[in-house]
Amino acid sequence: MTKIADNVNPHVYEKGSERKTTSAELDEELTDEFDEREIFDLIRNINDPEHPLTLEELRVIEEKNIVVNNKENTVVVNFTPTIPHCSMATLIGLSIRVQLLRALPSRFKVTVVVSEGTHVSEHAVNKQLADKERVAAALENNNLVQIINQCVANV
Amino acid sequence: MANLELLQTLHGHKGIVWNVAWHPLGTIFASCGEDKTIKLWSKEGQEWTIKTVLVDGHQRTIREVAWSPCGNFLASASFDATTAIWDKKSGQFECNATLEGHENEVKSVAWSPSGQLLATCGRDKSVWVWEVAGEDEYECESVLNAHNQDVKKVAWHPSLDILASASYDNTVKMYKEDPVDNDWTCIATLCSHESTVWSLAFDKTGERLVTCSDDRTVKIWKEYKPDNQEGVIITDKESVWKCVCTLSGYHTRCVYDVAWCHQTGLIATACGDDIIRIFKESEDSDPNAPTFELICTKLNSHSQDVNCVAWNPIGNQELLSSSDDGEIRIWKFSD
Repeated sequence: MTKIADNVNPHVYEKGSERKTTSAELDEELTDEFDEREIFDLIRNINDPEHPLTLEELRVIEEKNIVVNNKENTVVVNFTPTIPHCSMATLIGLSIRVQLLRALPSRFKVTVVVSEGTHVSEHAVNKQLADKERVAAALENNNLVQIINQCVANV
Repeated sequence: MANLELLQTLHGHKGIVWNVAWHPLGTIFASCGEDKTIKLWSKEGQEWTIKTVLVDGHQRTIREVAWSPCGNFLASASFDATTAIWDKKSGQFECNATLEGHENEVKSVAWSPSGQLLATCGRDKSVWVWEVAGEDEYECESVLNAHNQDVKKVAWHPSLDILASASYDNTVKMYKEDPVDNDWTCIATLCSHESTVWSLAFDKTGERLVTCSDDRTVKIWKEYKPDNQEGVIITDKESVWKCVCTLSGYHTRCVYDVAWCHQTGLIATACGDDIIRIFKESEDSDPNAPTFELICTKLNSHSQDVNCVAWNPIGNQELLSSSDDGEIRIWKFSD
């Protein structure tokens, strides 16, 4: 039996334009730091677990909801489930966390949280996503890893 | 000035090193982690080196290791839902007993001071007490379902059969066996932390407890016995544990582990901000409202989260730490 999606008819938004590469970025002599747009680019094409759409197209992720601090080595991603009782919120958060875990240098402390007031179980989802022991255990679950890999396959 | 001097950085594990545990004699220690192996380290000249690698005991991450008080047995708790007991009766270390019963990840294991009891806990929200029933035989004596979320850590009182557990439900609970019906029951619930309690440790008397949490604080708790002089009201003839000190404003991320040295009284913490901190009780500290000073802050003690800290039990001020960065470090503290 196929499970019917929580939100059967989500609003689909247009994709943003591609990032323009500056001449400074092409200069190998210059160190450039991570910015919000770069983090956004790393996660914008993660697939929604329920729809053939990306997290950008569903506006689950927006550049303005990402905060990068290169000095403190922190990245905070706020994501917005399409509906407040989305049962996939933890899985989406986990996909974002896994993608950033794989893509960013290990010095970064990554925090992935539900945008304030956008989910009924906001606190519980955030607590679970912040618990690295639970995340580590989840990533040893082959079925779950397969699902996450499908979500992050096209990034 | 107080200082933590790095003696050696130890490589050997692949991936996260979750835990390190000193042998009671302080000349050997065990480590474990994501790579599903246990490594036993000892000193050769001035250098700590791997003496033995224990493999094939577990199918998934090994979360914690613990030596029995006699030093002859090593217990390992794994995400594969089992706890293995290793010994070297045959001449080399091998797994001679496996404790099964938890539904999923086992997160912590601890031997009682007599070595006759073991406690385990895990994601299934339960705490199990096991009795050493004979050679390589362990019997489940009790399953305690007092917490309503996963249980992160268990630790025994240093001299009595009193057990403490820390949980994702933000509380700490204590248990003991009722001598009338031999049933284990929860005798105290310690509420004050505002997020997951990751670890805890008793002081040498067992009358105080230190806990650390995702709420970025460390708390000191004091036992008030039924005959206490302070006038703390006791119900059910059981001691009451009160939070008498909160160390807040020091840690900037989750505090994963805390170790209270039974020789020096120093408290070390392992934090997600990559820092090891050492706290010392003030000379004029009031027992009912103690004060602890931060006397040492080791910035970038590891390049990622620090998961575990452990004082050498012989009291030589050696401290072990382990991290997500795959390394174990050994430090020497000096005043």
